[in-house]
Amino acid sequence: MIEFISSLVPADIAAHAPALLVVAPMLLAPIAAFMPNGRLAWILSILATGMSLVMAMVLLTQVRSVDGGGVLSYAMGGWAPDAGIEFRIDSLNAMVLLLVSTIGFLAAIFSWPSVVAEVRDAKRAMFYAAYLVCFTGLCGVASTGDAFNLFVFLEISSIATYVLVALGATRDRRALPAAANYLLMGTIGASFFVVGVGFLYAATGTLNMAELAVRLQEMQGNKAVLAGYAFIFVGLGIKAAMFPLHQWLPNAYAYSPSFVTMFLAATATKVAIYALVRFLFTVFGLEFAFEGSTLIWILMPMGIAAMIACSFQAVFQTDVRRTLAYSSVAQVGYMLLGISIGTTLGVSAGMFHLVNHALIKGTLFMALAGIVLSYQGTTLNDLKGLGRSAPWTMTAFAIGAVSLIGVPLTAGFQSKFALVNALFEHGWWWAVAVVMFSSLLAVVYMGRILEAVFFRAPSNPNKRRKEAPLLILIPLWILAIANIWVGVQGGFVAGLAEDAAGSLFIGDVS
Amino acid sequence: MKGDHHVILRVVAKVLIPIIALYGFYVHFHGEYSPGGGFQAGVILAVTVILYSLIFGIAPAMRAITPGFARFIAGLGFIIYVGVGIWALAMGGNFLDYDALFREPPGGHNGQQVGIIVIEIGVLFAVAGSMVSIFYAFAGRVSEIRDEDW
Repeated sequence: MIEFISSLVPADIAAHAPALLVVAPMLLAPIAAFMPNGRLAWILSILATGMSLVMAMVLLTQVRSVDGGGVLSYAMGGWAPDAGIEFRIDSLNAMVLLLVSTIGFLAAIFSWPSVVAEVRDAKRAMFYAAYLVCFTGLCGVASTGDAFNLFVFLEISSIATYVLVALGATRDRRALPAAANYLLMGTIGASFFVVGVGFLYAATGTLNMAELAVRLQEMQGNKAVLAGYAFIFVGLGIKAAMFPLHQWLPNAYAYSPSFVTMFLAATATKVAIYALVRFLFTVFGLEFAFEGSTLIWILMPMGIAAMIACSFQAVFQTDVRRTLAYSSVAQVGYMLLGISIGTTLGVSAGMFHLVNHALIKGTLFMALAGIVLSYQGTTLNDLKGLGRSAPWTMTAFAIGAVSLIGVPLTAGFQSKFALVNALFEHGWWWAVAVVMFSSLLAVVYMGRILEAVFFRAPSNPNKRRKEAPLLILIPLWILAIANIWVGVQGGFVAGLAEDAAGSLFIGDVS
Repeated sequence: MKGDHHVILRVVAKVLIPIIALYGFYVHFHGEYSPGGGFQAGVILAVTVILYSLIFGIAPAMRAITPGFARFIAGLGFIIYVGVGIWALAMGGNFLDYDALFREPPGGHNGQQVGIIVIEIGVLFAVAGSMVSIFYAFAGRVSEIRDEDW
């Protein structure tokens, strides 16, 4: 299907796909801000994300048409790379771009009923403009090959995100401190990152990531490079909600508008993890002396701590959105564990889980958005008995839940299986036990929710509750079916993840 | 006006504001040859509005430059910037490739000249509009809890 859609795009446009993917939402964002009402802005946002999705498909086709994964290089402004800004698309970029634009497109479609319910009329056009700016930033991070440009796009997406989170204040005033907290943490993370990039630039004299990788090989043990590495690692760690730098995440997810939660949960931390992987494996590379110990002594313990501690925290939450938010941090732990193995198999498992987790959390938060529409609360108590009054919404939610737990025939199982496989191959059998234990905790916290939804009587039968509108149900079920499709026939996504990991280790130990 | 302690302030501001605006445009159009350009000029232009509202009050400032107009300018600048990029794309070059703007033979630099000037105008609009919008958002905020209620 992807090949078919890409083949419809004229060659002239396909040649500029790396730029157009980012430019389409960038151009339509200010236009959406001028729209007299929210509905037109909504249509524009669908248009923009849809164009990006098509461009992402074109890029994927182009990258995969080369055996072993090609690399597309696009010189911004016609300035050759190294001097100018380069957009560089390899298998990893193409995978992340496809993920972000797919989620962005589905999120844009489903957003309208949810935005009508939660955002004031006068702010809707600006809301969609902010959404498109955020989307632009995330796509930009996932396509640029320039370290400083990556920082700029990271900040573009983050600043738009703070606005989007704060707009949850119409529904719940606690969104304001959550957004302020996120703003502080996010800005600290971005500052650390840019300081790190500054150190690298001082040491090497280039900002192009491919060129950095070449020059850094000759700079083993350089103190400026080491400092730069540490700053970049911590900065991206904050953005990716790496335990224990995740404190901004639960509140930001719990109090922002439902649509924003869904979009952020499925994309924002994923893109930050992409950037982390890009720096760890492409820019610095495994032979960078400091890195092996970082993987083993920082990334792996933090990943495991997140899997255990945050799963426990998820168990004790009463608000379902907070449960899912803590679970997100725990799932980031899985990805970090996979990455910390440092083998192609491990990184590929981490990337596979990254895509699957986006599908899972997208499903879960989209279903929750549907519930919030007809029924304001999202505490466990509010969800009681919903299985009977909103069967379609809650069945999709249940599919997402079992996928999160990792029941066979779902996406979550496939990627956890790949992760366990990679762990065994590397001889970290004890980590397999941790993965199992964390999955058991997922059974507990998702089980509580499912039990309340399907086996309890409604706590207040007088309150009106109903199915989510069709505009939510269709994207919701697309995501839910994607979960099962990946679970039954995981070849496509697993292949993407393998190519992505493969592209990181070119000419490297694996 | 009797009892007006700010008369000097007002008179001086009235004289200074046009000069500051003029200086803003100088920084903008001289950006090619000396430090400066759209960003700095945008900030200086926004400063004129901010200074005006500090001296004469936020309400008259908002009547002169309405918040909606400030936002419009900000968005318009952004569109101008991206628009130049799309123009280059439409002429067969890469995004923001000024050389492609007029399809000049090698050696012609009109595209570079025009491209950077239009881009800088976009930056000027975007920065000035955003600065004023941000100032209005903070200065024009009505407190939700009255001071007596604390």
